[in-house]
Amino acid sequence: MAHTVTIDPVTRIEGHAKITIQLDDQGIVRDARIHITQFRGFEKLCEGRRFSEMPALTARICGICPVSHLIASGKACDALLAVRIPETAEKLRRIFNLAQLVQSHALSFFHLSSPDFLLGMDADPAVRNIVGVIQANPQMARDGIRLRQIGQQMIEWLAGKRIHPSWIVPGGVAQPLSAEKREQMLASIPEGIDIAERAIEWFKTTLRQFSEEIQTFANFPSLFMGLVTETGALEHYDGVLRVVDSAGNVIADKLDPNDYQDYIGEAVEPWTYLKFPYYKPIGYPEGVYRVGPLARLNLVDRCGTPRADEAWSEFRTLERGAVLSSFHYHYARLVEILYGLERIQQLLNEPDILDTRVQAVAGPNRSEGIGVAEAPRGTLIHHYRIDKDGLITWANLIIATGHNNLAMNRGILQAAKHFVKGEQIQEGMLNRVEAVIRCFDPCLSCSTHAVGQMPLHIQLLSPTGEVLDEVRR
Amino acid sequence: MNQPVRVKTLKIDDRDVSGREDETILEIARQNGIFIPTLCNLQGLTPIGACRLCLVEIKGVSRLLPACVTRVEEGMEVYTQSERLQKYRRMVLELLFSERNHICSVCVVNGHCELQSMAQVLGMTHVSVPYRFPRLPVDASHERFVVDHNRCILCTRCVRVCDEIEGAHTWDVMGRGIDSRVITDLNQAWGESETCTSCGKCVNVCPTGALFEKGKPVSERLKKRQFLPYLTMMREERR
Repeated sequence: MAHTVTIDPVTRIEGHAKITIQLDDQGIVRDARIHITQFRGFEKLCEGRRFSEMPALTARICGICPVSHLIASGKACDALLAVRIPETAEKLRRIFNLAQLVQSHALSFFHLSSPDFLLGMDADPAVRNIVGVIQANPQMARDGIRLRQIGQQMIEWLAGKRIHPSWIVPGGVAQPLSAEKREQMLASIPEGIDIAERAIEWFKTTLRQFSEEIQTFANFPSLFMGLVTETGALEHYDGVLRVVDSAGNVIADKLDPNDYQDYIGEAVEPWTYLKFPYYKPIGYPEGVYRVGPLARLNLVDRCGTPRADEAWSEFRTLERGAVLSSFHYHYARLVEILYGLERIQQLLNEPDILDTRVQAVAGPNRSEGIGVAEAPRGTLIHHYRIDKDGLITWANLIIATGHNNLAMNRGILQAAKHFVKGEQIQEGMLNRVEAVIRCFDPCLSCSTHAVGQMPLHIQLLSPTGEVLDEVRR
Repeated sequence: MNQPVRVKTLKIDDRDVSGREDETILEIARQNGIFIPTLCNLQGLTPIGACRLCLVEIKGVSRLLPACVTRVEEGMEVYTQSERLQKYRRMVLELLFSERNHICSVCVVNGHCELQSMAQVLGMTHVSVPYRFPRLPVDASHERFVVDHNRCILCTRCVRVCDEIEGAHTWDVMGRGIDSRVITDLNQAWGESETCTSCGKCVNVCPTGALFEKGKPVSERLKKRQFLPYLTMMREERR
């Protein structure tokens, strides 16, 4: 008899989603999908607002990564002003974006995913959370919390507050950096680098235990896309787009982010509120590509900072060609944390970082503006059109998680086929299906729910809708 | 020749106070450090009693009266903080919040807004009536300023400061009841107004983010009000 298994909601992710797994008559997985069950409508509600409000408005999309939206929106607004922002403002924005990367990656790795690594995929869900991590390995829990604090603290020192600051403005930033804050930031970096290196060492030793997961967690050939510098190093703020294939060959390079519509299409499916971007030259749905930390490390020729370059070289030896297993998103996140901290240190030591000229002042000069940046989860695109008074007439936002939508769906199908068998629901097997989603660290809304407290509801349904088996936690 | 000043004695919240006969309950309360909430009132502009936040109870009077436009009288016993008044004041605020689209988190004056801080001071925690969510326009046609009707509470400070202080009378109110709206000239785009002197007084007296200056980010917009007492004082001296 054919069944559907529903995991609703998916836990330890940011936002609300459910997973359905379709079983055929033999209890073999036929299909699996992730449904994004929330609808936000930001693109619509921004219409009629003044463009200068867009950074603050769109930052409200997310409480974890408001900074990413501030950056992409700020850049789109710069394009509307038709200005090049002061050098110092650009550097400060870069630090801001990297501090966000550090704190968000720390949250994903330590708070949300480390319970699976430390306690095992089959551990009791009652302890398989950050509290369980605190009991099992207090040092690791402390490291994770401290690392996130370092990132968040930098955001606060720069922008005045940690969540939804209003420091990014069209044309630059609102306030310059003070010498005192600069010293404080520099002082916190060595500890962060130690933590990141410790975490990388530890994670490498645990990889052996997860060979089955590495094999099956969204491990398939796909394209990878993201920003790189003109010379092919890691880039999160500006630069050009590059696409590589599963063998690691560059198939498109130096694409102008402003032309994203030429190579990214968006498909809509009736069963989810999240659209499906795809790589246009290949088409839908074959043009599946991945973005985010794994993609970025697959794209670049080097990171651009000494310690991160070493870690990156080792990372790239995991597989020949591009690293294809999405399980390695976690590893990539740690390498990026290391890079982020090193790069912040470099930027803070730039001679003009305390310059007080940080905002280019202009009115709306162009009718259309596009801002592209790398958010922790991948390439983020803000695209606005305005009328002659600067009021938004149209907005399009492509969120990093969206790019990964096709890959996530393919990934849970792969994992479900491997781990879900028969009609009896086992907790561990469903946790693995969820864990595939966690690899991508999807950010589905403006807020995260409390770790480990959201009830997981799984139903095994007969074709007539009859509940055959049910698990709640 | 000057008229002799007549002084009235009265009680506010059981305190013996006195004031000139041409002074209002609000003025006397403020002189004596007694707090009465206001929104439409602004020192230097003619009081109009529009927002109804300053309603007070007066012994022997069945109606509630607005303190900003009620003159003091001999032997008055005024109460400013009764349960009933506090409930009504919160209700007034709830109605103001529900009437248009006041989204503090993304407002240009978040943290510096009189409506927002008044809600905090008066302990308004929820809006118990349904929000109306009207679709109201934003006029950004002026070179320096923007009017966002979503955040307007119709206090008419802009209308009064433009008329009484600047003397331009660019601002006025059109429509009735819930459809009322402040307008520039004859409901023309602000940027096309022929009377507006671009002095910015209206922006600086606006209690909310309805009127704001272009170019600063959300929650960075501080209102500069020092000009009003200076201008009023200088004009009174000249008279």
